[in-house]
Amino acid sequence: MADIRNNFVGIKSPNPFWLASAPPTDKAYNVIRAFKAGWGGVVWKTLGEEGPPVVNVNGPRYGAIWGADRRLLGLNNIELITDRDLQVNLREIKQVKMDWPDRAIVVSLMVPCEEHAWKAILPVVEETGADGIELNFGCPHGMSERGMGAAVGQVPEYIEMVVRWCKANTRMPVITKLTPNITDVRKPARAALAGGTDAVSLINTINSITGVNLDSFAPEPTIDGKGSHGGYCGPAVKPIAMNMVAEIARDPETHGLPISGIGGITTWRDAAEFMALGAGNVQVCTAAMTYGFKIVQEMIAGLENWMDEKGHASLDDIIGRATPNVTDWQYLNLNYVAKAHIDQEACIKCGRCHIACEDTSHQAITSMVDGVRHFEVIEAECVGCNLCVNVCPVENCITMEPLAAGVMDQRTGRPVSPVYANWTTHPNNPMAKVAAE
Amino acid sequence: MATGHFKQGIAGGRLSPEQYADNFSDLHPPLDHHEALVESDRCYFCYDAPCMNACPTSIDIPLFIRQISTGNPIGSAKTIFDQNILGGMCARVCPTETLCEEVCVREVAEGKPVQIGRLQRYATDVAMAQDKQFYRRAEPTGKTVAVVGAGPAGLAAAHRLARHGHEVTILEARPKAGGLNEYGIAAYKSIDNFAQAEVDYVLSIGGIEVQNGKALGRDYQLSDLTRNYDAVFLGMGLGGVNALRADGEEAQGVTNAVEFIAELRQASDLASLPVGRRVVVIGGGMTAIDAAVQSKLLGAEEVTICYRRGQEHMNASEFEQDLAAANGVTIRHWLQPKRVIAEGGKVSGIELEYTAMDGDKLVGTGERLTLTADQVFKAIGQSFIPSALNGSGALLALEAGRIKADAEGRTSLPNVWAGGDCIFGGDDLTVSAVAQGRDAAESIHRALTSNGRA
Repeated sequence: MADIRNNFVGIKSPNPFWLASAPPTDKAYNVIRAFKAGWGGVVWKTLGEEGPPVVNVNGPRYGAIWGADRRLLGLNNIELITDRDLQVNLREIKQVKMDWPDRAIVVSLMVPCEEHAWKAILPVVEETGADGIELNFGCPHGMSERGMGAAVGQVPEYIEMVVRWCKANTRMPVITKLTPNITDVRKPARAALAGGTDAVSLINTINSITGVNLDSFAPEPTIDGKGSHGGYCGPAVKPIAMNMVAEIARDPETHGLPISGIGGITTWRDAAEFMALGAGNVQVCTAAMTYGFKIVQEMIAGLENWMDEKGHASLDDIIGRATPNVTDWQYLNLNYVAKAHIDQEACIKCGRCHIACEDTSHQAITSMVDGVRHFEVIEAECVGCNLCVNVCPVENCITMEPLAAGVMDQRTGRPVSPVYANWTTHPNNPMAKVAAE
Repeated sequence: MATGHFKQGIAGGRLSPEQYADNFSDLHPPLDHHEALVESDRCYFCYDAPCMNACPTSIDIPLFIRQISTGNPIGSAKTIFDQNILGGMCARVCPTETLCEEVCVREVAEGKPVQIGRLQRYATDVAMAQDKQFYRRAEPTGKTVAVVGAGPAGLAAAHRLARHGHEVTILEARPKAGGLNEYGIAAYKSIDNFAQAEVDYVLSIGGIEVQNGKALGRDYQLSDLTRNYDAVFLGMGLGGVNALRADGEEAQGVTNAVEFIAELRQASDLASLPVGRRVVVIGGGMTAIDAAVQSKLLGAEEVTICYRRGQEHMNASEFEQDLAAANGVTIRHWLQPKRVIAEGGKVSGIELEYTAMDGDKLVGTGERLTLTADQVFKAIGQSFIPSALNGSGALLALEAGRIKADAEGRTSLPNVWAGGDCIFGGDDLTVSAVAQGRDAAESIHRALTSNGRA
């Protein structure tokens, strides 16, 4: 049986599934339910400084987009950090950690960008026995207007400064949570590393408007006729998050920096993908908010089963395994040739592959052959773009088949070259480093 | 001379080989991979799911369906087997339309439940095709348990007991294990010898010895078992068939439906199996439907089910009734048998009397009806035969003609548990028998190991 115990910057948990800092981790009540359901750890919802807590809106906090059958694909929220008293939160954290010593409890923090504010909160958090802290530099709404959250995360210099303060004032591991609302995620990651962070976690939520009410002409969610951009999360953001994780994992400057992967993780497979790209563990929120804490059972069983099937003994066998395969476009092999192939047995003759190719691509799929409705790839036209695969409603009906070296590519009239050759050496590239043979 | 459907009397060879094969193919063909994904996507992963609560074995249905949808059918199968080691057969024979699928929120909301039974079959088929074994036996406890009957209750009990490290001996009266899964289910619900494949799958945990041809009361007594084993589980089902209480019942051509169903399941050549041209089935439950539909599928020209109460009182589910109707079976209500008419000792018809409710009492109206028939099936219920328990020393307490057992399956005798159709208070379903066998095994385990500790 695969061993899925997790050790993330020295923080141990029975599995790599943590709940992200968010509404599900705001109170002992929820966290205890989560631990009972099997979650390996939690990042307690962000604490602010001592004093009157923040207040939330009293109208809708969430907006969503749905797929077919009203499957929730993306969620946005305008909730702020915890609106409960700091001392209440600290007491609960201490108690829960005492009662659940084998689970990870990391405390998310967000206080003003002043050293004394951080110096004040770090010892009281440390006193709870929490396993670590996560710096919330990502919250994109409300708090950012007050100079916190994403307002810090968007300025690498601030990130480095605050991380340095924290490292200097606590023995707890520091995880720096990054905002995706920037142009290049490598910059804040490098800054966090420079400040001495133990790890980064990403992504926080993405600035978003989920919909517009066309009667009131107000954005959703609407509070008394007005709306504000909220933080977008859920399955829809997973591809964006995975790219950002991979960018940090493969950046020579931050390579090896532990990453806690966040963003739309809903199933064991999502988690495995994040980890393969370099995440040392994962954090989940929207999936739990959609289906309840029980989904972790599916994640645990699914991850174990996959690892058993593939012979991966521990998480170290999968973490970062895909990172070396993420590269820049310029290094992709231009001599690799693939053609679409339609399995005629599986084809249900809907015609979507044809019209996608005919209208918007390369006119490489038939619609009629000998007077009969028939969809087949015209290899002489197919550039191997994969669009037909993506629009086909039948799984595995259309596949991309690589041409072996030496086989004639009917489109170019040339045999497939066995030699790896990329853009950096291509004759059409005016910047080519080496002339092609 | 008339052939095919129109051959007079009880005769075989009414159809072509292709027709037999077609008629007895899978009633609910398995979902393929894509169909399973599409169907699993329909599940809402309900909280405190009604389907799960409706399942007598409490399978975590939302979880196993989610595991199918995330590409983990093996994990899904484990979720099923954790609760119900005969999940493969239950996926085929459970009346899901009156259990999990009836209460599916999508059934309630849109009249189209998630096809839980077929999804369960998908997952268990994947695991069984790989012979994926999920359970290893605990350290041997040195305790021995005798299980009477290798049906669903006995197999479920034996598997759970073996898991806990006990040595199990199953004593089965019939030549094959499986009980009603092997002998009592319509052929089109369990094709390709699935019942035996499942028995093999269950037994492969080890520590279970099956002795066939060993009938309680004939080859051994209950007292032999209580003397020689640390515990006994009785799961022998129902051995008797209720009589019609109609004159002329002994005529040639009056058959027990359960025997017909068993014979059909065991037949290697369906063409050799004789069936009447005009068949009347007396009864209103699943057995009546199974016998009637299969008579039709074997080539009977005319098949009529006669039930002494109304449609709403029938034990057969609506789905089963529709299945019968779709196969050309006529279901008639408010008719009770009075007299079997025979010519030369052979059935030629049946005389029935119309019935009506008089208050809450069923009474004959006096009006009679005669149906031409060359075969009559009795399907008016089975009964427990307690005589096998006689001579067992201490008497086992019965209730309403079946063994009295508490919620854990404990009988009135120490160290004797019981479950399945032979106990009072069940609902005569495979899945309930599995639950009772499993729970009795846990109770036995607690008793033999001082509350679970060896």
